[in-house]
Amino acid sequence: MMKPADIKKIGMDGLLRNNPTFRLVLGTCPTLALTTAAMNGIGMGLAVTFVLIFSNVIISALRKVIPNEVRIPAFVLIIATFVTLLRMLLDKFIPSLYESMGVYLPLIVVNCIILGRAESFASKNPVLNSAFDGLFTGLGFTWALTFMGVIREVLGAGQIFGYTLWDFRIEFFSSSAGAFFVYGLCVALFNLIYTKVESHFHRVGFAKKYMTAPEAAQEEAK
Amino acid sequence: MGTFMMVVILAVFVNNFVVVQFLGICPFLGLSKSTSSAVGMGVAVTVVMTITCLITYPLYTYVLVPLGLQYMEIIVFIFVIAALVQMLEKFIKKFAPPLYRAMGIYLPLITTNCAVLGVAEMVIDQTSMVSMVGASGLGVSVLYGVFAGVGFTVAIVILSGLRVKVDALSPGKSLKGYPVTMVTACFMAMAFYVFNLISL
Repeated sequence: MMKPADIKKIGMDGLLRNNPTFRLVLGTCPTLALTTAAMNGIGMGLAVTFVLIFSNVIISALRKVIPNEVRIPAFVLIIATFVTLLRMLLDKFIPSLYESMGVYLPLIVVNCIILGRAESFASKNPVLNSAFDGLFTGLGFTWALTFMGVIREVLGAGQIFGYTLWDFRIEFFSSSAGAFFVYGLCVALFNLIYTKVESHFHRVGFAKKYMTAPEAAQEEAK
Repeated sequence: MGTFMMVVILAVFVNNFVVVQFLGICPFLGLSKSTSSAVGMGVAVTVVMTITCLITYPLYTYVLVPLGLQYMEIIVFIFVIAALVQMLEKFIKKFAPPLYRAMGIYLPLITTNCAVLGVAEMVIDQTSMVSMVGASGLGVSVLYGVFAGVGFTVAIVILSGLRVKVDALSPGKSLKGYPVTMVTACFMAMAFYVFNLISL
């Protein structure tokens, strides 16, 4: 059964400690391409969250059935099914988002975050834990994309979530060069804050409780 | 000839897959530490992209569309790519062992390279291909696949060259690694932006 501490740990992992965008630098293609506007970032983030939750649940439920040798093709098939489903749903209900995501929507299939979570978490853990892992990893991805989207939209277009703030704009931040620049600086900033926070928590003993390495946590569970 | 040059310039420079369209960023950042691994990955991606276009375009146009199964395209394409990569690996291992030693380790990584699935998705969209290069069809698709791969190779080799210098710097703890590589890529993207000014 799941304990509240488990949920807390999975949440900390997905949102901060192992944040897929800023800590692990996975799923970089949509991060760079769809952060020209904050709204696109949210859309992409939630799309990935949707696929992550469902693929994690199914893979976790089938983890004892899928033979080890063919697990990667099996995972990819499950992920591709949910991406196809998502594509149909968006095409029908939110066509504007479908248009703005373009080629990056089918490319969710090869997003390394999803396959990474399937391989490292869902194929080893129970269904409920995997569902929460999918949710929090997806939300970690979503907030990171939104954060970058806000920076690039405010500086590059003078807008925020589509509302015009001022006429001042720096085209550089909307361009592809600006995407690399903002992403690089965000990763650096997050690294800086993370190391500061971590060393602080180490001192107050928080680390022992929530920031144990995954292996140590598994030992503890035994 | 006009179409040929157009595809070459568009795919390699103006719409460069990596720095302009952001496809295949993971190997671009991850495998650009040394020039030899960058070249190996680039060649492997180019080969897989070419064969992928050669297979997926007819499969989509002559099988999926007449049967009304367009919605299956993602599943079909990813399986074509995965099977192709496996077959290519076995084939090269058997018939060209030196080549396998040089690029064998890069092949399994290509299945999850979004540039390959990206090019397969792009060439089947005939209206956007026509508006981009003025023609569509199997020939143009395969040509686009080849030169998209060449564009990927050009970008990753340039970055690996730059990183030899950049990695020797000591930019501070939190900037080390990915951040400084991305800022380097930012300057590359600025250089590629110049190609937008070419009027075709």
